[in-house]
Amino acid sequence: MDVKNTAPFNSSEGEPNAQASLKQTADNKKEISKSDVGETDSSPVGGSRMGASFPGEVHNTPSGGVLVSKLDDVINWARSNSLWPLVFGTSCCAIEMMSTASAKYDWSRFGFEVARATPRQADVIIIAGTIVNKMAPVLKRLYDQMADPKYVIAMGACATSGGPFFYNTYSVVKGADHVIPVDVYIAGCPPRPEALLHALITLQKKIKSGTTREQIRMQKPEQNF
Amino acid sequence: MTNEDLKIKLSELFPSATFEEGGQWINVNVDPKDWLFFAKQLRYNTDLNFDYLFCLTCIDWKTHLTVVYHLESTKYRHIIVVRSKLDRNQPEIETVSHIWRTADFHEREVYELFGVNFLNHPDLRLLILPDGWEGKFPLRKDFEDPVNMIKL
Repeated sequence: MDVKNTAPFNSSEGEPNAQASLKQTADNKKEISKSDVGETDSSPVGGSRMGASFPGEVHNTPSGGVLVSKLDDVINWARSNSLWPLVFGTSCCAIEMMSTASAKYDWSRFGFEVARATPRQADVIIIAGTIVNKMAPVLKRLYDQMADPKYVIAMGACATSGGPFFYNTYSVVKGADHVIPVDVYIAGCPPRPEALLHALITLQKKIKSGTTREQIRMQKPEQNF
Repeated sequence: MTNEDLKIKLSELFPSATFEEGGQWINVNVDPKDWLFFAKQLRYNTDLNFDYLFCLTCIDWKTHLTVVYHLESTKYRHIIVVRSKLDRNQPEIETVSHIWRTADFHEREVYELFGVNFLNHPDLRLLILPDGWEGKFPLRKDFEDPVNMIKL
């Protein structure tokens, strides 16, 4: 269950990875609550768990309370909890993806239940399987048809690097990131459903912390990613 | 018919054919020149009635190629494997796509992956490989991957 946190696009530009920036955010919150308001007067909304907490703090007042937050954080929080995956599977990883979607693993617990059969309504594409040379233009077109902001998860060895087809093949693309940029990679052949869930939650954390490739690109339009 | 009965029957019809046994199915080796006649007999002889070609493939032995046909009769439920040895430098064999329709696509696949030329095939062009693929046959043993090649 090993998920690479940072796409090469981020790390090469010197951006902090998701984990690091998450920690930073958490530390900042703590400092603010201690120094500015005092622990008894404010509390993060929605519990203490990082994945579930609503961004911002409640400042208790005699008449009820005031929520202080950043609009960007609220938008990211909303987006991360309603990711619509595209129905896209090219080989055995798709079987594991179907298993993750079905009752036993049930990814709708984390906000992924609305799998879409059209890229125009999808937010995230899970590349579940081998990408061959003939499929590469189709994958590119699907990605281009998705509306911004859009995210990509490379599931399994084939989508990450070509996997078992890395050497001596005539047809396989050696990693889907030769075709479209990837936010989260999953190891495994195929990965277990838990690994896919881990990757999806990692993507949610990246979106909440504003460190996906798409979000960085929108913040710095002068840089061509 | 059992394998033994098949062998007796086929020996009567084709004295030149040789047999290999030991597997689940009976193997018949046929010279490529005799294949078309042999195939018609297998298909239309009322005792044999092999009306279902369930696999057509090829093997590269580095010294020569072997085309392999798996045939079954849906009437008698007997199965036969026919092999034909081809020259690797100029592999040619008669098409059977007019006898078994399914051979059409199978032969196109063997054509693009192994370079076997099926004579009199109605539409012998690339099936799965991208358009413009030329020269190299991916499933031959001497194929080299242009991107990542390792040799053992």
